[in-house]
Amino acid sequence: MGKIAILKFPGTNCDEDVYYVVKNVFSLDAEIVWHKSFKSVKGWDAVIIPGGFSYGDWLRAGAIAARTPAIESLVEARDLNIPVLGICNGFQILVEASLLPGALLPNENGKFVCRWVRTVVERPKGPWLSMAREGEVLDMPVAHAEGRYYVDEKTFYSTLMKSPLIRYVDGENPNGSLYNIAGVATEDGVILGLMPHPERASESILSPRGFKAGGRVIFESLRQSIKRGW
Amino acid sequence: MTSTYLVEVIITNKKGVRDPEGETIHKHLILRKGYASVQSVRTGKYLLLSVNALSGEDAIRIVKELCEKLRIYNPVVHDIEVRLRG
Repeated sequence: MGKIAILKFPGTNCDEDVYYVVKNVFSLDAEIVWHKSFKSVKGWDAVIIPGGFSYGDWLRAGAIAARTPAIESLVEARDLNIPVLGICNGFQILVEASLLPGALLPNENGKFVCRWVRTVVERPKGPWLSMAREGEVLDMPVAHAEGRYYVDEKTFYSTLMKSPLIRYVDGENPNGSLYNIAGVATEDGVILGLMPHPERASESILSPRGFKAGGRVIFESLRQSIKRGW
Repeated sequence: MTSTYLVEVIITNKKGVRDPEGETIHKHLILRKGYASVQSVRTGKYLLLSVNALSGEDAIRIVKELCEKLRIYNPVVHDIEVRLRG
C-alpha cells in the first residue's frame, strides 16, 4: 500500500521523469505500470498518466489509449476517491475518456509549442491542489501540439467555474485554449488534468531564470493528502 | 449474402470550433492567389473503411455504430459524415 501507479502506454515518454520526481524529490513510493498489467485502481493510492505520444497520437492525441481497459477501469477512481492526475498526453487521454469535460484540439498556431508559462490556480481543492492558494501563480513548461482546450460555454459556466481550474496568465496562452484553460478537474478535485508538466518544474535547478518550480505544489499536495486526507 | 462496401467517414470541426489549418489555407494561399470567390475552407480527417455487409445501408449502420462506440470522432468538437463511396 501507499503506492502511486504511473501508467505507461506505447509512446509514453515522461514516465521516468514523473517516477524520478515522485520518488526522489518527494519521497513517495511509486511504480511504472505497463497498461496491460494495470487491472484496477484498487490498492493504489493514486494514479498518474504521464505525458508522451501514446499510440503515436494517431486518430487524435489520447483517443486510442482512452479505449484501453486500463483507462476504462479509471471510472472506478471517481467512486473510490482515488486521485488521478493526467499530465499533457495524460490530460488528453482523460478528456478523450470523458473522465474530464471538454476536448483538446491542435494548437492554434499549428505547431508543437515548448516553453515555460505562468498559470494561475482557481478554487484549489482535492488531493492535487490542497496546498495551493487561490490565485497562486504556478510556473511550468508546456510541450505539446494538441493543447487547445475547447469546452462549450454552458459546461464552462455550469461545471468548470465550480471546480478547481488552472489557467494561463493573460497573454501567455500558448495554444489558443478557450478561457486560457491549462488544466481542469472534477468538482472535488480528485481527477485533475493539465497540459503543463509539473514534473519538469519540481526542482529549482531545472527552472530557467525568472521562473519558479511551480509544479512542486501538486506533488506536495499529493504527499500531504495521501497521509492526512484532503 | 454479403458484399464488400466502401464506406467513407469525414470528420470535421463543428461550426463554432475554429479550424486554424483551414483558415490558413484560405487566407494565406487561396485568397492571396486571387480566388476571392472562395468564402471559407474547413479541413478534416478522412477514413475509408472496407466493410462486409448485407447492403449499403447495413454497411453505413455498422460504421456509424463503431464511430459512436469507439469514439472515432470526438462529439464535443467534431461532426462526422458517413457515406458510401461510389
